[in-house]
Amino acid sequence: MMTGRFFAAGADRRVLVMIALLVAAAVIVPILSLGVRPDSTLHMPPYMVALTGKYLCYALLALSLDLVWGYCGILSLGHGAFFALGGYAMGMYLMRQIGSRGVYGNPILPDFMVFLNYPKLPWYWHGFDMFWFAALMVLLVPGLLAFCFGWLAFRSRVTGVYLSIITQAMTYALLLAFFRNDFGFGGNNGLTDFKDILGFNVQADGTRAALFALSCLALILTFLICRAVVTSKLGKVLIAIRDAESRTRFLGYRVESYKLFVFTLSACMAGVAGALYVPQVGIINPSEFAPGNSIEAVIWVAVGGRGTLVGAALGAVVVNYAKTFFTSGPLAPYWLFMLGALFILVTLLLPKGIVGTFNAWRESRKATEAANAESAALEDGVGEPKPAE
Amino acid sequence: MPWRSLYRDLAMMRFIARLCLAGVLLAGLALQARAQDLDAILGKFLTDSYSDTDAGVTALAASGAPTAALVVEALANGRLAFSEAEKLVVINTKDGKQLDAKTGKPIASVPADLKPVRINNRVRRAIDAATGSLTLLSPDPGRRFQAAEAVFKARDASALATVEQAIEKEQFASVKKALVEARAAIRLTSPDTSESDKVAAVEIIEKRGDQDALALLRGIATTASPIVKLAAETAIAGIERRLALLSNVQNAWYGISLGSVLLLAAIGLAITFGVMGVINMAHGEMVMLGAYTTFVVQEICRANFPAETHPHALDWTLPIAVPLAFVVTALVGALIERGIIRFLYARPLDTLLATWGVSLILQQAVRVQFGPNNREVGAPSYMSSYFDVGGISITYGRLWIVVFSIVVFAGLLFVLRVTPFGMKMRAVTQNRRMAASMGIRTPLVDTLAFALGSGIAGIAGVALSQIDNVSPNLGQGYIIDSFMVVVFGGVGNLWGTLVGAMSLGIVNKFLEPYAGAVLGKIVVLVLIILFIQKRPRGLFALKGRAIET
Repeated sequence: MMTGRFFAAGADRRVLVMIALLVAAAVIVPILSLGVRPDSTLHMPPYMVALTGKYLCYALLALSLDLVWGYCGILSLGHGAFFALGGYAMGMYLMRQIGSRGVYGNPILPDFMVFLNYPKLPWYWHGFDMFWFAALMVLLVPGLLAFCFGWLAFRSRVTGVYLSIITQAMTYALLLAFFRNDFGFGGNNGLTDFKDILGFNVQADGTRAALFALSCLALILTFLICRAVVTSKLGKVLIAIRDAESRTRFLGYRVESYKLFVFTLSACMAGVAGALYVPQVGIINPSEFAPGNSIEAVIWVAVGGRGTLVGAALGAVVVNYAKTFFTSGPLAPYWLFMLGALFILVTLLLPKGIVGTFNAWRESRKATEAANAESAALEDGVGEPKPAE
Repeated sequence: MPWRSLYRDLAMMRFIARLCLAGVLLAGLALQARAQDLDAILGKFLTDSYSDTDAGVTALAASGAPTAALVVEALANGRLAFSEAEKLVVINTKDGKQLDAKTGKPIASVPADLKPVRINNRVRRAIDAATGSLTLLSPDPGRRFQAAEAVFKARDASALATVEQAIEKEQFASVKKALVEARAAIRLTSPDTSESDKVAAVEIIEKRGDQDALALLRGIATTASPIVKLAAETAIAGIERRLALLSNVQNAWYGISLGSVLLLAAIGLAITFGVMGVINMAHGEMVMLGAYTTFVVQEICRANFPAETHPHALDWTLPIAVPLAFVVTALVGALIERGIIRFLYARPLDTLLATWGVSLILQQAVRVQFGPNNREVGAPSYMSSYFDVGGISITYGRLWIVVFSIVVFAGLLFVLRVTPFGMKMRAVTQNRRMAASMGIRTPLVDTLAFALGSGIAGIAGVALSQIDNVSPNLGQGYIIDSFMVVVFGGVGNLWGTLVGAMSLGIVNKFLEPYAGAVLGKIVVLVLIILFIQKRPRGLFALKGRAIET
């Protein structure tokens, strides 16, 4: 199987390239959007900024998924749930910020609660008028769910497809729950009609550009955290668990603790992705919990290359760009065919994904070059034959 | 003995004849009285006051006047008018004629100051009660029954005489029962019934034992005297016990019905998962393809054998669709296995993704071919009606699906237990490498097992086309539930699937009344997620010493 060493070569340079690209994007996109006159060809329309920001949030989700799947072998089909929970936490903050500007003009209750005759704010909505509290919940709620879920699942050694299936059941159960009106999260319609974030208008071009830059920053930060985790000693154990779980356990490692740590961390990251996603698209509704969304996130990682981090982010952007491109054109009915074919072809023909295959190709080229050089040296009689070990 | 019985019959006849005579005499007497009363009664409609109209309706129903039914009907539909100047009540018929309310004959000159008799809710109640008592003597037993039920609900004391009269004349046992119940209801609510009569009435109503009876008795229990109250409370407790039992039985039946649907959907999944350790995310789409096969069969049948000339053609579509759906989906399944899955056996998680891709493609293909909306699949005559068992209505469609799923289960059990192919499949399930060493061609077994699992999903689709919407998303609705059944029941054992499906179905249906359908489902999902902690390999896990890699 693949090992950590496999990707180590040349990875550091790629990391630098990616970070440089993201920093450049964080600087250039706001300039193109705000600094350039609207009639110029270089001007970036605000919708483009929001769209690209959305891709970055997806990339963040893919990154979190790659951490658990690519490095620890946990195929979570419920990461969309963590993403959506983070999004709901942010959405609740944004709802509270509307205040008395809603259709019904109630200073405390959001519109849907007035509509559904809520006498007062449900207890779990308290505190969300403060940004720091909402930001804490963005990390805490998905993290706590992942911790409880993982604690139960990993301790009793639910692995492989079983784990995948119950993570799917988890997000499905949440989907059903959030669709209910009396659950207190806006039911079918979800949360929308946002006005302000930290006092800035959500719709304003400046806010959008700032959110975009923030997404870039979050992606860089998450990337660095993931990088630190997988290159540490802990990361080596994670890879060992992925490749031979029982053997790692027999060597004396507490497999479930490692899994639990990485699963919870990944869920928090997915929550952050959701929280950045919501103000940029302006809505969060229960369909984000749909099992199909989580599986789609898995295919982004697979396309880019699992266990490469860079690849996951790349895959998310590429697949979503393709999705936007095809679903807005005359080819719209064929998009699902393409997506389906992508699932099949990537798993059959490109199991390492784009980045993984590229890495393997470079490795093999290097190996042949080295071998050629060695044999050439031997033929010339210049190189000393290696002493037998 | 025959003589005695004949004598008794004769005596009975004589009695009835006398009764009839008495009835006619009474009726004659009554007629005389009525002719005089009718003017007074109709006079109540001339005052344009709700309370007078109310009293008039009640009096009219009790009078038994020949036009009473017509007048009440006209009043109910706003077609009764009056002229204050000429002291005349007029019935406007539906076809625009004007009849005299007293005689029922057309009137010569229409008065100029005709005004409609207005009604409010109080009058409407009186009208309902009056309609009930008026139709109690209708020649049609069905209408008599309905009228008796209406009187039971209205409990209008003025209808008592008519009810008594109807009970004596009644020939049909079921109508008579309804009438007796109606009489009991009136007696129970009327203040001038004796205590013992009321207690007897309570007993009659307890035997009725439905929600209406319960509502009536609850009303009585708060106001009546101690004896009646005691009787009523005992009766309420008895009815509630019976109703609770009935609802439990009903829930169990619904649960079995849901369980059999889950069994059909999940059993194919259990086979492929058991034999190959492969999760087939496209399994739901096999169900969907089976349902669409039924649709296509019915379309062809409709085109070639129109219902006008071949009334029973539709009945044959299901027997044709079942094997056809099996063949179609089995072929698709074999194709998927040969084309995709066999390359991925070492990577079960990748199989999950690839089959998800297949499911997207199949869904979209069906959407493009048949459209995104629900398609109409007809129910044959033997699937469409229902029957009643002790207060529970059972639809034939559901019943046949339960029977069908049992047959499929038994058939599959037979295939696995008795046939050589089944033996090979079990061998591969238990120990793939050992089976291969013994000369079993495991790739062939894999393909056939996958085809079998898919084929069963296809025939599940035929069954589901009868109770669910046939749309491209049909399979998606069942896939997670099917997974839950397999995860809960454990793999490699069909009994596990059976127990898993039935317990999920029944638990779901018993939770529904307390928690609602959606919350019940969430609770079941959470329970399974917790259950799997305790038994990570399901209820009926294969025992072995192999270490999972």
